[in-house]
Amino acid sequence: MGSNAKVASRAVPDELSELLIAVAVHRDRKAFIRLFEHFGPRVKSYLKRLGVNDSEADDLMQEVMLTVWRRAEQFDHRKARASTWIFTITRNKRIDAIRKERRPELDPNDPALVPDRDDDPSEAVSANEWRAAIRKAIDEVPEEQARLLRMSFFEDKTHDVIAKELDLPLGTVKSRIRLAVAKLRRSLEDLR
Amino acid sequence: MPHHHPSEEMLLGYAAGSTSEPLSLLIATHLALCPECRRKVAAYEALGGKELEVEAPAMLSSDSLVSVLDRLDTAEEPAMAPPRPSAEGDLRLPRPLRDYVAGSLDSLDWHQRGGIAEASLLTERSDFKTRLMRIRPKTAIPEHSHHGSEYTLVLTGGFSDHTGHFLRGDVAIADPAVQHRPIADAGEDCVCLAVTDAPLRFTGTIARLLSPLLQR
Repeated sequence: MGSNAKVASRAVPDELSELLIAVAVHRDRKAFIRLFEHFGPRVKSYLKRLGVNDSEADDLMQEVMLTVWRRAEQFDHRKARASTWIFTITRNKRIDAIRKERRPELDPNDPALVPDRDDDPSEAVSANEWRAAIRKAIDEVPEEQARLLRMSFFEDKTHDVIAKELDLPLGTVKSRIRLAVAKLRRSLEDLR
Repeated sequence: MPHHHPSEEMLLGYAAGSTSEPLSLLIATHLALCPECRRKVAAYEALGGKELEVEAPAMLSSDSLVSVLDRLDTAEEPAMAPPRPSAEGDLRLPRPLRDYVAGSLDSLDWHQRGGIAEASLLTERSDFKTRLMRIRPKTAIPEHSHHGSEYTLVLTGGFSDHTGHFLRGDVAIADPAVQHRPIADAGEDCVCLAVTDAPLRFTGTIARLLSPLLQR
């Protein structure tokens, strides 16, 4: 069951990236509808998990999908999966609409930006390899640790709340999160 | 390339979207100067992508798709930030910081005390103190304590304290327990962005007695 799920999640996104490219290049509505059917319910579900109520989550999901349509040409499949790109849109919409804050982001065209060697198109292959390696590192985080990272960073939960939900002492929660972060960092640093 | 980076937790929080605006501003400005941390944030965003992939689909309201399809070609994307040309303004300040100071340090309201000038940003927030500092060469910043942690990103010049030497792009993190006494390098002014996550300070006798209990 676990390994089947993994195969599926690896196979689906490539197809999803192609749908996004079809939207960007051909303004393909059929491709967009398939993206909507796949991501709409997941984006809404993610927002609800973060405490957004049902109707607000539905509205925000619609805004996310409209942005996917309008900005599809900004999606660069060499840099990110479709799911990652749509996650960043969801994240920013949530900050904007729910937290009522601005989201400070760097500008990739800023002349003040210090370039990465991978921004050179002739190095695109190594960017691809890096992306695959990231995915492998992420898939290899043990589920128990992944759960803590998820709660702490992606669900905005305080350590106190996590301790109550998992029925663990606060100190244990803190040290396990620290371990999980360190492990993830090491596996990413091993990639270089 | 910077040698002192935001913590892993800060980068993860920034990628996930849980970091507050003042700290996000500091992190994003560091990212403009640090390709290494940009790669890490890209990796942590992929973690967010996986969150979406494994999410159990929610029921949508019945008219969601129709409502979106109806709007596909109508409304334009509202501008998230004022569309300013990338090259405009003081390039010592990378974006997004440059947008927060309207392109230039001169637009800010500076308060000079001795060799140190300060200008506040994001003043609407009571939970964080966000400011730009301009420190004359070789000036020592008076020893100070702070409630909460203090994060400092160097933009020009540099400074040293007992934890190291900080240059453009470097982030210094001082936790509340640490007494530190930074000294600016000789040469040019040291301009930094400093963010302190200071809880409210209480005045008055009872509040003063209570406040040690209220700090975490």
